[in-house]
Amino acid sequence: MSPDLLDATFAALADPTRRAILARLASGEATVTELAAPFDMSQPAISKHLKVLERAGLVSRGRDAQRRPCRLEARPLRGATDWLQNYRSYWEESYQRLDALLDDLKAKEGRA
Amino acid sequence: MSGTGTLTVTTPTDREIVLTRAFDAPRRMVFDALTKPALLQRWFGARGWNLVVCEVDLRVGGTWRFVARGPDGTDMGHGGAYRVIQPPDRLVYTELFDDQSYPGESLITHALVEQDGRTTLTSTVRYASREGRDIVLSYPMERGVAEAYDRLTELLQLEVDGKGDGS
Repeated sequence: MSPDLLDATFAALADPTRRAILARLASGEATVTELAAPFDMSQPAISKHLKVLERAGLVSRGRDAQRRPCRLEARPLRGATDWLQNYRSYWEESYQRLDALLDDLKAKEGRA
Repeated sequence: MSGTGTLTVTTPTDREIVLTRAFDAPRRMVFDALTKPALLQRWFGARGWNLVVCEVDLRVGGTWRFVARGPDGTDMGHGGAYRVIQPPDRLVYTELFDDQSYPGESLITHALVEQDGRTTLTSTVRYASREGRDIVLSYPMERGVAEAYDRLTELLQLEVDGKGDGS
């Protein structure tokens, strides 16, 4: 995953409204009107959020000129998750050594 | 090895990374492991990187400095100052890398919660900017990949020498 796309993904995910939109789309495609309904926001405001999500590749729009339904694109999310997973492995390695150290300290204390 | 909890990593805001992990030990021991150089040297950092400098002046306003030396002899230094020292449940300090490629100090907060002899360590790293956080997140990945290749090379070398398990 390219750093630029990753930047766009994380920037897109940093906003609560956009996360709510993605959560809604996880249960199926929806039109802008349908997406705007639960929010106290105008359709242009929702469209702005959708543009950010589209740029990040997280949302695509259907071809139907009337409805242009939005749907969730899961692949960039997967990329972001994989990335965090790598960060996780780095620290997990260090923490496994800490486990061993703590076991050692406990054993020493038990003998004392 | 105790085989304790799973490490979780989350990004609750665009400037933070939060690591949570349970350890099968009382929190005073975990707190010691976070603050005593002799203990830090035994676990802190990436595989193959050893702390060749580990100085801790454990008082509020006191500084800390670590230098890790990698397998190829590269040194990586970082340090900062202690803001809150509240054993055994809370430790807060700043962090700045010597060759940091993004501006600003990070603030690291360790919260230790003990239950039934087990400690949950929650470490929050707050970066000065989102860009800083994103750059930092990309480093360990590169290093992790490099290490994986190193291990593969070692394994292949063993096979070549006829000392591998499968030979």
